[in-house]
Amino acid sequence: MPAGTLQIRAISAHTGPIPGRGVQREEDVCKYIDVTTCIGCKACEVACVEWNDMPFQQTQFDNTYQTMPSTAWNYWNLIKFNEHPQDNGAFMWLMRKDQCMHCEDPGCLRACPADGAIVQYTNGIVDFQQENCIGCQYCVSGCPFDIPKFNSETKKVYKCTLCSDRVGQGLEPACIKACPTGCLKFGTKADMRALADARARQLKEQSGFANAGVYDPPSIGGTHVIYVLHDATNPERYGGLPKTPMIPPTYTAWKRVAKPIGLLLALCAAPVAFFHYVMEGPKEPQP
Amino acid sequence: MIPSSIMRSRRSPVMMSSAVDRFDDSARRHVGAYGRTVVRENELLRHPVYTRVVHWGVAIFFVLALLSGFAIYSPWLFRAVTPLFGGGAMTRLLHPWFSLGFVLAFAFQILNWLEPMTWKPDDRRWMKDIKGYVNNERPIEPDYVDFFNAGQKAYFWAIVGSAVVFLLSGLPMWFPRTFGRITVDIGYVLHDLAALVMLLGFIIHIYEGTASQPGTFRAMTRGTVERRWAWTHHPAWYRRATGRDPRADYEQARQRANRSS
Repeated sequence: MPAGTLQIRAISAHTGPIPGRGVQREEDVCKYIDVTTCIGCKACEVACVEWNDMPFQQTQFDNTYQTMPSTAWNYWNLIKFNEHPQDNGAFMWLMRKDQCMHCEDPGCLRACPADGAIVQYTNGIVDFQQENCIGCQYCVSGCPFDIPKFNSETKKVYKCTLCSDRVGQGLEPACIKACPTGCLKFGTKADMRALADARARQLKEQSGFANAGVYDPPSIGGTHVIYVLHDATNPERYGGLPKTPMIPPTYTAWKRVAKPIGLLLALCAAPVAFFHYVMEGPKEPQP
Repeated sequence: MIPSSIMRSRRSPVMMSSAVDRFDDSARRHVGAYGRTVVRENELLRHPVYTRVVHWGVAIFFVLALLSGFAIYSPWLFRAVTPLFGGGAMTRLLHPWFSLGFVLAFAFQILNWLEPMTWKPDDRRWMKDIKGYVNNERPIEPDYVDFFNAGQKAYFWAIVGSAVVFLLSGLPMWFPRTFGRITVDIGYVLHDLAALVMLLGFIIHIYEGTASQPGTFRAMTRGTVERRWAWTHHPAWYRRATGRDPRADYEQARQRANRSS
């Protein structure tokens, strides 16, 4: 992994060329999360809050181990605790570290109307640039994982950066560094995917989890955060992980194709009016 | 300052509820008291002070909302247009307030124009023959064309329709956390469609009100039009406003012009 400034691959609402694209050879990075070895210790939550200098905040106790109901604009990393009743009547405790998935095809970036408010680095990290954010919150409705969170005081949206500041300096993200069980790992996408596939095979063959598998949804081109799940056929059980995450067509077909065509057609009225005047002339009061 | 007797003569008590009528008349009276419309010889009162104030109130908010909206509409416009409003974040902040101003001002305009904008059977005839209008084929409009022609009415009702769509789809976009993500996804598309309808209509409206029809713009600024403008574009209104035959007056003026040339 290179040390230094990350190179940019995609910029939201940007019309010109993208600076840095293809300048350096850079590997796709990936965060590996094995939910089967997570013990729910929340060291990653603390590390995230500490590294990003976010204030600790009051939360509500809702009779679970979960810190708060969902991630917040200043709380980007949350272990979701779910009790799942098994067929034999016993409960199974499903713990999933919820944070930005850093989609290969990011719905937030597609939805964003502000030039440069969201960027995707060539290593796959999707990062919000708050100084360019206009606070419209389209990213909130464009995200299939409900990750971007709005701060009504600053009128900006925030989310996990995959510690782009650390990764740019050749360090692993803070949550990875804090994990005591090794259920979190960080490396290239190819390495992490191979590791996840191997772990899923192990769960299938040796631990009796017939449906074990890797969550790396192809519907959004894969993600730069992947999960190993005991039951990959039911990701919804893990605190509402969508089986087939989709970017709303509002921000794909409509925004990319229909919007510019519609604008051009409507603006055609101007040259049509001009040439009407040139060819037909004005309607003077008669006589 | 001309009292609104001409305007009142064209409204039928059957068409409009008396409450709206009363409100409208009193607004016209009160706002009219602060301004004046000078009608010279060979001119007619077209739009009284109240109508003009409401129209330009609508127009100002419309243009502000349109510009700030299209700044966010397309990446091709974002960098070019948002500086007008103090940057992207400020544009986003102001747009809903401009729009609210437009909706409120336009509500007064709907009340003001409900009666003359009502669609009549004659308007279908006009629409069927719209080609003759666009191609400038007829020197003066057909006798039945009243205060507004069918094209103006169509524009008005298109704006009414898009304004309703704008408001209903805009509120979820203004308060996305209250209304939820799905309503934003759908509202976004509807908002765009309404914007395109408005932009298209707006361009035509400006052209028709200025270059295309000399003598029209002053109706919305000074409030008056020439008599020959009235019999050319709105013969039925000319007949009601003056009690004279538009076609006869037109022919007479034409003969006079021919004799003098």
